[in-house]
Amino acid sequence: MKPSAYHPGLVEVGFNEIVDFFYKLAEAADRLREEGEYFVYQARPLPERITVPERGTISVKLGFPVYQKGGVVMDVTNVEQAEIAEDAGAVAVMVLDKLPYDVRKSGGVARMADVKVIEEVMDTITIPVMAKVRIGHYMEARILEQIGVDMIDESEVLTPVDEKHHINKWEFTVPFVNGARELGEALRRITEGAAMIRTKGEAGTGNVAEAVRHMKIIMGEIKLLTRMTPEERMRKAREYGVPHQLVDLTARLGRLPVVNFAAGGIATPADAALMMWLGADGIFVGSGIFKSRDPPERAAAIVLATSMWDDPEYVAEAQRMISEQKSMMGIDIRQLKPEELLQTRGV
Amino acid sequence: MVRVAIVALQGGVAEHHHMIRLAGERLGVQVEPVLAKKPADLDGADAIIIPGGESTTIGILAKRTGLLDRLREAILGGTPTLGTCAGAIMMAKRLAGTRGEQPILAVMDVEAHRNYFGRQRESFEVDLDIDFLEGPPFRGIFIRAPAFTDFWGSAKPAASIEVNGSRVHVLAVQDAMIATSFHPELTGDTRIHEYLLRLAKA
Repeated sequence: MKPSAYHPGLVEVGFNEIVDFFYKLAEAADRLREEGEYFVYQARPLPERITVPERGTISVKLGFPVYQKGGVVMDVTNVEQAEIAEDAGAVAVMVLDKLPYDVRKSGGVARMADVKVIEEVMDTITIPVMAKVRIGHYMEARILEQIGVDMIDESEVLTPVDEKHHINKWEFTVPFVNGARELGEALRRITEGAAMIRTKGEAGTGNVAEAVRHMKIIMGEIKLLTRMTPEERMRKAREYGVPHQLVDLTARLGRLPVVNFAAGGIATPADAALMMWLGADGIFVGSGIFKSRDPPERAAAIVLATSMWDDPEYVAEAQRMISEQKSMMGIDIRQLKPEELLQTRGV
Repeated sequence: MVRVAIVALQGGVAEHHHMIRLAGERLGVQVEPVLAKKPADLDGADAIIIPGGESTTIGILAKRTGLLDRLREAILGGTPTLGTCAGAIMMAKRLAGTRGEQPILAVMDVEAHRNYFGRQRESFEVDLDIDFLEGPPFRGIFIRAPAFTDFWGSAKPAASIEVNGSRVHVLAVQDAMIATSFHPELTGDTRIHEYLLRLAKA
């Protein structure tokens, strides 16, 4: 395979330069800030020489998702499912109280998963464990940080507690992932400290169409940025409500400055390979695996297709490992009422 | 021309690609990186990099595509190899901190303890003194990192840190193999990658 097949921006620009960028951004913002109640990046500059280990640094937070790339994060609701996910080759699991499909069916308020179940999963498997919090719910996030979850998903699948404000993720040592439907949304979440972005798609539908749409919008908007003059990018930054330096960095990289996964409606190996082909760094599968009737085979097949997405022989082999008869039925998004859409929560 | 195969099944691939290119520029060596997913991708490789990621995932995939056996053959045949984090776990002959069997290369005389320092919240940065490097300390970025908890045969520790009063080894070398608990590819410091290129040229 030719090395040109994936994000050339990351080969040009090193990870350390991206980390430096965020330190400088934080330093400039915090220096210009007056005393009082203002947005705080809380990115303490590191000493020249580190003799005592420093935890929760920007390198450590942005670095964690780097090692998830090319992999599949699987939604699970209990230990048995988590073991199936690990054995199939998942790079992490996401512990939920209910799979998104069931959240949709049951209605009511969807909250953070049971702490005891999350702890039980952490004690059993060796791969990272993630969990979701409601948008804007600082205390659910503090609880997950306290129990030692490896990454927090501030997720529209749960019922938001604050429609206007997301969590200031710079205040936490645990890294966060956030959903986005377009570039402005993604960059706003990064400005708030998200270490990873995923498309929102339309969770719990088994229909990958919305994830495709969101990934194409984000990639298309980045492509436009790269052709703009600095003044035009400044205007875009105002439109998005983010620092123009972040827009410039995105243009320079030709991609998001943080790891960017696909999520929302991915149900088959072919769906996963499609999202990788569109430029995703990796895949979240929600209901697609454990709402199917062949979870172990399907989980292994999606892992294979995600890694080998650029090799049709392997994608075909992965697709052969599952049966379409056993795929989750899925929901046509056009049948959903506007108030039933999860993707419009927290923009 | 040094052809460097970077195992590209999962994990921090682009970061190593960036660093090996930079190391080549600094050394004045022309580097040709190849992203390796299948056995044939290792043909003609002068050096190998196994990146960080999840060792269980990389192992399962490498076994499936047949890369695992071909990698082992190339490394045991003397091709200089750098394994970082999950890559280091893949290289160790013995593992601790696992849930069950996982496919590995088993080429180095060391025991690697997975997630030795704890979970993501225990991930950290610290400066290291590395035996075979000149100049200032090396910035070690440890992310859910393993440690080397036993050495035998010709494997030797080459860097360690102090944890609760005892030394913990975070870098192992044996013949032309280098295994690190930490992520040199995140630092911009190309000295370890340059060392790999020098081994490949020798």
